[in-house]
Amino acid sequence: MNWSTLSIMRLEVLLTFMVLYQLIADLSEKENKRAVINFTIIFFALITLIGFFPSENTTLFGSMYINDELRMFLKNILNVSTLIVLLQSTGWLNKPENQSKTGAFYLLIFSTLIGMYFMISAGDFLMLYLGLELATLPLTILAAFDKNLRRSAEAGIKLLMSSAVSSAVLLFGLSLMYGVYGTLHFSEMALLTDASTLSIMALIFFIAGLGFKLSLVPFHLWTADVYEGSPMPVTSYFSVVSKGAALFTLALVLYRVFGSQPKVWTMTAYFLSITTMVVGNLFALRQKNLKRFLAFSSITQAGFMMLGFVNNDALGMNTIVYFMLIYSLSNLAVFGVLSIVTNNTGKETMDDFNGFYSTNPRLSLIMLLALFSLAGIPPVAGFFGKFFLFTAAASKGMYILVLIAVLNATVSLYYYLLVVKAMFINKNETPIPNLASTGYEKLALSICFAGIVAIGFISAIYDYVLALVG
Amino acid sequence: MNPLLILLIIPLLTIVGIAFVKDVTKVRLVSAIGMSAQLVYAFILLYLFYQQRNAGNTDDMLFVSTTMWYESFNIQLKFGIDGISMAMIMLTAIVTFAGIFASWQVDHLPKEFFISLIILAGGVFGFFISLDLFTMFLFYEMAVIPMYLLIGLWGSGPKEYSAMKLTLMLMGGSALLMVGLLGIYFNSAPDGGRLTYDLTEIAKVNIPLAAQLFFFPFTFVGFGVLGAMFPFHTWSPDGHASAPTAVSMLHAGVLMKLGGYGCFRVAMYLLPEAAHELAWIFITLTSISVVYGAFGAIWQKDLKYINAYSSVSHCGLVLFALLMMNETATTGAILQMISHGLMTALFFALIGMIYGRTHTRMINEMGGLMKVIPFLSVIYVIAGLASLGLPGLSGFVAEMTIFVGSFQHTDMFHRVATIVAISSIVITAVYILRVVGTLLLGPITNNHYLELKDAQWFEKISGVTLVIAIAIIGLTPFWLSDLIREPLAQMIQTLTN
Repeated sequence: MNWSTLSIMRLEVLLTFMVLYQLIADLSEKENKRAVINFTIIFFALITLIGFFPSENTTLFGSMYINDELRMFLKNILNVSTLIVLLQSTGWLNKPENQSKTGAFYLLIFSTLIGMYFMISAGDFLMLYLGLELATLPLTILAAFDKNLRRSAEAGIKLLMSSAVSSAVLLFGLSLMYGVYGTLHFSEMALLTDASTLSIMALIFFIAGLGFKLSLVPFHLWTADVYEGSPMPVTSYFSVVSKGAALFTLALVLYRVFGSQPKVWTMTAYFLSITTMVVGNLFALRQKNLKRFLAFSSITQAGFMMLGFVNNDALGMNTIVYFMLIYSLSNLAVFGVLSIVTNNTGKETMDDFNGFYSTNPRLSLIMLLALFSLAGIPPVAGFFGKFFLFTAAASKGMYILVLIAVLNATVSLYYYLLVVKAMFINKNETPIPNLASTGYEKLALSICFAGIVAIGFISAIYDYVLALVG
Repeated sequence: MNPLLILLIIPLLTIVGIAFVKDVTKVRLVSAIGMSAQLVYAFILLYLFYQQRNAGNTDDMLFVSTTMWYESFNIQLKFGIDGISMAMIMLTAIVTFAGIFASWQVDHLPKEFFISLIILAGGVFGFFISLDLFTMFLFYEMAVIPMYLLIGLWGSGPKEYSAMKLTLMLMGGSALLMVGLLGIYFNSAPDGGRLTYDLTEIAKVNIPLAAQLFFFPFTFVGFGVLGAMFPFHTWSPDGHASAPTAVSMLHAGVLMKLGGYGCFRVAMYLLPEAAHELAWIFITLTSISVVYGAFGAIWQKDLKYINAYSSVSHCGLVLFALLMMNETATTGAILQMISHGLMTALFFALIGMIYGRTHTRMINEMGGLMKVIPFLSVIYVIAGLASLGLPGLSGFVAEMTIFVGSFQHTDMFHRVATIVAISSIVITAVYILRVVGTLLLGPITNNHYLELKDAQWFEKISGVTLVIAIAIIGLTPFWLSDLIREPLAQMIQTLTN
């Protein structure tokens, strides 16, 4: 351990300090948590900023830990998303009943984030598994954070059970891999991969294990209940950061380790993509509770993400990362508006949003743009993300798959428009009153808004991702 | 800077302007100034266009500018126009101008209304000046999506149902279109080389026949949905009937023309062999459109439904003529796009104005309006006569050219299809004259009508602009047909070789 090692692992080290700080801060400050919140957010913003400084491409600990520009960029996406979640959570944490939970909330969030860093930087499946467990277990506590609410406790238990099962499935896959190749090192395995039956099975189990985290159909059954039961900031953390980490890990493993055997996983992605899009859509159509609605909408979006995996070239991985970047900002914008509403009024069904535009025009407009971005309507960023994903699939000649995907995108437009309809068109005698939002919440929404509007037009961002994935 | 970009900048500035002013009159004023500037600029552009041509510039596309946007996909911001797009730009500018004045009295959320309307118009302008399939598609969807809010918020009748139906059907169409465009893109360099979305580049390569046959239906139907091709026309009557006046005007007048234009410019021009192979399917469907639309109009009692079905019939005729693939018929098709655009915009404007006075759109509840609101009634008669193809007005020129062109095919199939389509003229006459007869002539059925006021100044601006445009095309169609014939000749050559 020397200075250069520290600078390579700076994000992990700084974040560990943050975790320790939370333990101490929880002891000293009993009543007023405002100072803790401010310090945490400012310090985490600094960490996010530090992530953007250049770092060297290298491996550590006998290549257990890999660092390069791409992995740094992926961590930066997670950091920015987490920062937005933290900004959004201020309204929720400031409520009197949640004051005492502040330290624990940050502690658990940062622990999972460290786990996700290790998942992304893993150079060995053992390291990956370690990171995955660290990223998952604190999440189950977070899901059950409103401990007096029955559905929150239910969410925690459901998540715990399903992550335990998914871990087991993943571990089984890993043990098969070890049996076939005699190693769990990425660099060594990349040279050995073959298409033997056992290795195919190992790969399928691995994809299934991560599929739980990504909530791909048929591994999605926990999603809606957990999203609905968890407190709002945790739900938005689930749907963006946790999902992003799983997606990036899957992409890194499939493209970098199993890149020479694409046939198995592109076909798997083909079918997972279809089932996920269709089932996610069909369930989203009938949801009235917006958290459940967003759960199924995010399942559908995961189906679109799988579309990129059909293409085993750099184009595929590139569009996946680019899409995830845009999806994060769009989804966080929706959750941002929703959390402001829920914190102030406790309402979260679609009908509650009737007439929302007449009282909260700005929030409605941001919500409108974010929903259009999720639906893939130009000129907002989602259009570009989706178009490029479809291009990636079409470049392999999968036009039927693209057709199914675009038709699903049209179906998804229907239910996104239902929310638009509620906000803008439906009449309501007693709409949600004009809501005051804190400066932090405004900042979070502004970041999302700027991203949604601008990213599509700035082709340099896409080119940057392309250069990193190479 | 490319002079075409000003067509996008003016709407953008207008939107910013509207966003910053507060009260209703200023919102109207800013929109009116913006769209008048756009109209004036369209004329300046026409002048510049002729200037270039007279100076001996014989390039296919004028004012071409190319900026690389997404390097790795070879997506460019490529703009340029030929005679056809020039004519469509003029049409859009005129209809948008008239539309702003026709919606002068919108008082529910006026700011949002005008902004959405101008986004719609801006999308259409962007579509017509784009030479890159990606940007074209982007502007196409941008023009469609504001319709949802425009109909849902400011519409009448079952507006939520209609808005959703229209948006989903058009977006479903654009889903098919997207598959078609991706297919064209990935076959744009069959001999190796760089893939491209550039329309003029793709026109030069021979896309393999198998790919053409696979992707032509996607592309043609994708655009055809917007052109209200049977059996994908069902969004049109409901959508138009529920939409507020200006939206019906812009939608039937301009947006539906995007369908015809796209079918020709993208589907047929880029996939010519498949267009020949599969033309019979679509000729059959469009002949059905033409006759079905006309019969549909006969049965309706609601003025907007009559006009919506008549639009299905007339836009069907546009696609029908394009599929004939000879110079005369396609010239007629483009003329019909312009003529129908102006005419139907005028109809919808008048229906809006009459509805604003009588509060009903049912023809059997009205009568004798000629006596109380003569100005509007006379314009209505002019629009009606143009619609049934009276010589001296634009409709005649267009339909005559189409049928002469279609009859140049000597085989049985084309002859029969043409005769079926021609029969729609008679049916058109029936429903137009019936409406004019019951609505305008005869005794006044309702005593309240005696107090009705004739057109106000803004309504006069809206109506007169469109009538003048219709008359000019009807009396001197030569400059317009010269303008469009030049690029057509070259495109038809590609199609027939």
